[in-house]
Amino acid sequence: MNNVLKTSINNVYKLFAENSITPLDVTEASLSHIEHFSKYNAFITVSKNLVENQAIQSERRYKDSKPLSELDGIPIAVKDNFCTQNIATTCASKMLENFKPTYDATVVQKLKQSGAIIMGKTNLDQFAMGSGTVDSIYGPAKNVWGYKSDSDFHIVGGSSGGSALAVATGMCYGAIGSDTGGSTRNPASYCGIVGLKPTYGLVSRYGLIPLVNSMDVPGILSRTVDDCVSILNTVAGFDSKDSTSLTKPYRKIRLPDARKMTVKGLKVGIPQEYFNEHLSTEVYEAWNEIANLLENNGAVVKQISLPNTEHSIVCYSILNQCEVASNMARYNGIQFGFRANENESTEKLFATTRSLGFNEVVRNRILTGNYFLLTRNYDKYFNKALKVRRLIANDFHAAWEKVQILLTPTTLTTAPFYSDFCKKTNRDQCAVQDYCTQPANMAGVPAISIPVKLSKTGLPISIQLIGRNLSEPMLLAVAKYLENIVRFPHYVENL
Amino acid sequence: MNRIYNYVFIIKRSSSHIKNPNILKTLVPVKPYQSQVDPEKRPSKTKIDADTIALLERLSLVDCANRKGIETLEAAIEFADQIQQVDTTGVDPLITVLEDFPLRLREDEVDDGNCKNDALSNALVTEEDYFVAPPGNIPLETREDLLFEQETNRQ
Repeated sequence: MNNVLKTSINNVYKLFAENSITPLDVTEASLSHIEHFSKYNAFITVSKNLVENQAIQSERRYKDSKPLSELDGIPIAVKDNFCTQNIATTCASKMLENFKPTYDATVVQKLKQSGAIIMGKTNLDQFAMGSGTVDSIYGPAKNVWGYKSDSDFHIVGGSSGGSALAVATGMCYGAIGSDTGGSTRNPASYCGIVGLKPTYGLVSRYGLIPLVNSMDVPGILSRTVDDCVSILNTVAGFDSKDSTSLTKPYRKIRLPDARKMTVKGLKVGIPQEYFNEHLSTEVYEAWNEIANLLENNGAVVKQISLPNTEHSIVCYSILNQCEVASNMARYNGIQFGFRANENESTEKLFATTRSLGFNEVVRNRILTGNYFLLTRNYDKYFNKALKVRRLIANDFHAAWEKVQILLTPTTLTTAPFYSDFCKKTNRDQCAVQDYCTQPANMAGVPAISIPVKLSKTGLPISIQLIGRNLSEPMLLAVAKYLENIVRFPHYVENL
Repeated sequence: MNRIYNYVFIIKRSSSHIKNPNILKTLVPVKPYQSQVDPEKRPSKTKIDADTIALLERLSLVDCANRKGIETLEAAIEFADQIQQVDTTGVDPLITVLEDFPLRLREDEVDDGNCKNDALSNALVTEEDYFVAPPGNIPLETREDLLFEQETNRQ
């Protein structure tokens, strides 16, 4: 039974259609798999009571030969910063521990309407502020790759670490994450799966609890590029409830068989600035191998310069903290979420609720953001960062005059040990972890991380492809082409 | 813009695989990128005074918790100060990547609402149809020892 959890969405759909297996079978297998892997801490909430009913309904539709879509009956997980009707949505924080949204985020609604089974809500860094899935009130998520014991393990990356882990281990076929500075691609890289950050505005943010509104996008995590396409085709498109949603009609992507594709003549750029001093030798070599692979197959590979890349991290640290200071103002204990036991005054209730409900990272970002937004600092920090953001975005616009796609590392190293990761502060970690992923968020352009090989110690190494706005069809096609050649040994293959 | 969508991938069967690493060309940069930020040119480190802490805590409605909280704030400012070295002369701020798209307008018709019970369902304290808050218009008292100097002295 477990074997069916290892295969692709398309295969399961065929098995459903020919009735050799039912959605209820797969849902139950998924539930027991989640139970089996529970010590790795991928899920915050498993919707045990709801999924069986969903599966039975899906089964009925297949019996009538009327499945809603290719995702009908497919187990999918959702990061716990997307609102889910009547299912707790915690952001891994004390502040929202008891919060049950009364509506679904648009991506969740679209998945449900396509018949997908929402297995539950996955672990993250508190309010998605982090790059390790270590700052969660439910404890850190633990990577299955290289796991030795509960005190000796590698991080899964973050902040969508629970979603990445759920997919890598076969608990579900795909998962929704969010990506503001790399939060989908970073854990995808460390867990050896595919992670897509779509073009800003292509997938609705309605119901995604905001971190940095002008950069947040829902992300997609899956084991194969085809699975990623199936999920993207379901969740993408205009949404009137999101004012930043692109109005251009979404055309479903259909990728051909990988063996029928070619990269002949494809202009690939290697941005020099992405060779960061902290880049590990093994990731560096994998980056070069993939560049060679593309060239040997007819692509035109050349080095280019994106001169403002290094400023992306500092620019992001300012914009992030400013938007956090504003976005977190809604949490006061009155309308929803945690409320401190304090009745002396409204202000005191607000202050006590927030001091107890947020962790140190969130509180520090609010204070720092408000410092940058003070009248005397506004131009010096906030406005300055917005100008630097334009320089970074302009670098990409200039690059597309020369090349069609960029090839970079996703993360500078393989997944760090939890004990090493925790030695640095949250901000220092984000500066290292987000180096290669953050610039795409500044410009809004799409990017995808795919695993390409294992390191000497058996950990996944991934590379990133970045394209211009709305170039998902090409980006995913090149990713699929590479995936077919490198034949990455997925974790589920050894189960 | 549309050029890339029409990029034709379907030509013929690919036959190549990762070649022997020994014959790889070096297509990626040979040397790591050298930062253009000069640590010598950074402004002197900002020291947060008691008035600023009081102001920030009042605006943020969270407190710094301890001496370490202030140090974290000062370190965050120091890190952010690198940005002053970037030349942004004549550059306009980029507020959103959708700056070239006009915001949509919708018909002025009611399309939502009637969700009183939903809106109240997540509040911990309600009275009939109201959210309940303690008495308002009472300013937050400023903490004593805003810079945690006593805490530092104790150590």
